[in-house]
Amino acid sequence: MNISKVFDHRISIVTGHYGTGKTEFAVNLALALAAEHDNVMIADLDIVNPYFRSRERKAELEKSGIRLISSSQEAAHADIPALPAELLGIFQNRSIRGVLDIGGDPVGARVLARFQPKIVSEDYELLFVVNANRPEVRTAESAIEYLRNIEKITGLECSGLVNNTHLCGETTEIEVRKGAALAQEISEITGIPVRCHVAVERLAESLSDLKEPVFPISIKMKKPWE
Amino acid sequence: MEKELWKGNEAIAEAALRAGCDCYFGYPITPQSEVPEYMSAHMPKYGKVFVQAESELAAINMVYGAGGAGLRAMTSSSSPGISLQQEGITYLAGAEVPCVIVNCMRGGPGLGTIQPGQSDYYQCTRGGGNGDYRTLVLAPSNIQETVDCIQEAFDIADQYRNPVMVVMDGLIGQMMEPIEWKPYKKRELAPKDWAATGRYGREEHNIINSLYIDPELCDVHNKHLAEKYALIEKNEVRWECIDCDDAEVIITAYGTPARIALTALENLRAQGIKVGLFRPITLWPFPEKALHDLVGNDNVKVILDVELSSTGQMIDDIRLAVEGRKPIRYLGHAGGVMPTVEEICETAINALKEVK
Repeated sequence: MNISKVFDHRISIVTGHYGTGKTEFAVNLALALAAEHDNVMIADLDIVNPYFRSRERKAELEKSGIRLISSSQEAAHADIPALPAELLGIFQNRSIRGVLDIGGDPVGARVLARFQPKIVSEDYELLFVVNANRPEVRTAESAIEYLRNIEKITGLECSGLVNNTHLCGETTEIEVRKGAALAQEISEITGIPVRCHVAVERLAESLSDLKEPVFPISIKMKKPWE
Repeated sequence: MEKELWKGNEAIAEAALRAGCDCYFGYPITPQSEVPEYMSAHMPKYGKVFVQAESELAAINMVYGAGGAGLRAMTSSSSPGISLQQEGITYLAGAEVPCVIVNCMRGGPGLGTIQPGQSDYYQCTRGGGNGDYRTLVLAPSNIQETVDCIQEAFDIADQYRNPVMVVMDGLIGQMMEPIEWKPYKKRELAPKDWAATGRYGREEHNIINSLYIDPELCDVHNKHLAEKYALIEKNEVRWECIDCDDAEVIITAYGTPARIALTALENLRAQGIKVGLFRPITLWPFPEKALHDLVGNDNVKVILDVELSSTGQMIDDIRLAVEGRKPIRYLGHAGGVMPTVEEICETAINALKEVK
């Protein structure tokens, strides 16, 4: 798939309830973009979670020519809500193709609020990650409430949904289709389009009948025994 | 039932609610803050009590009060916070107040790191508080098992009128995994006629107390506690053996290291190396007899203990069970550094070479 056509804004901002798989998606998105673009930059702005953050994949991202900036670079393993000045580069340098990985929940999305005036003057897209297996956002109603809270706190408007419904290693086609139905429902109520369905490579082919493109990913945020 | 994707800490909180936790007292600390966060969001809906205490010390004493009144009380914290609660835990054990304490462990000593650790083994099995007391310690190694343990922990605590700890390294609290909410087997429990809820016409007040001024009475009380601990040792010990029957190397590990060891085991078995995994599920009571009997088998050549600890702590219990009959090797890291599958494989192969 041509990922730049699906995500055709200069800055992709990845938000959602924690545990929906934002980081896995964001890391895969950056890697896929790097195959089509120079100057891809990913910013790990997760100030909520202490583990499983995109900064853990620094070496792999850098090998693919992606620059990673994280919320507290000199103390990558701390949970300090400090943002590096470098982050402004993504907003100011228009030759950069940026991916922002935001921590879970409206609380995590608050980091974006101070950059709101800069972001709105750029070509950006706020993406909301949908996962129908997460109990607190499994219905269209609860997911939309989350989405609206994130919009309210960030002052940004969401313009794309990403279905990332999975059950870790136990994911089947059924899970992805369940998420597709939820994303569809959210889309019908809000008018926000579904940009893609995320599926591990082994499932991608069998999902080609879905209306929107399927983004095949390989799992990067592995657990230590995987 | 359909599987759902849960974060470990959220699942701990939800499991406690499903087990009938009446009140939660705690103070936020990484990597377990999602427990109080979830409790604060959900408990009021069910008319339950959530209090963010001013400190861990206050929280454990609130648990003492609520548990003493017969309610299902719980606190959770991470290593340094649990250190602060040790005084309260010995009082709870002494006064025989049931409660559930969750320790989502991080690396130490002191403030250490917010990354996962298992160096609170001594603290939870030997007790960081004073006196001859024991807390039953459950050590699940995935989120499903954590959820099951948490629910059962409330019943165990009530049955023995004793604090029950559920301990997991921070990774289990922070990771996501699919789980299923299964109805758990509830235990038959006696009514809490000891609880300090008022006299209701009885002759005597119920008193919750750990102070026994009279030496004879204190001796009798301690004897009673010792008998209770012996009963727990007899009834509640749990472990899991994987591929141990013909194993030449027995890996001992609990929590996340046990899962890493399992992948190592599969890799080693594929190479024809006979490896087994012995995973304690209760850290106290430690499955001493089971391990003692297992290592007595002629096929067992060496034991490899793997922990998230620089020097190893559970290894002392392993030594007690092994009784010097077989050599023991150790692999461990602190600071949140995980032993890798490759490292475990290499250490197991080398250990076997050395002893053969």
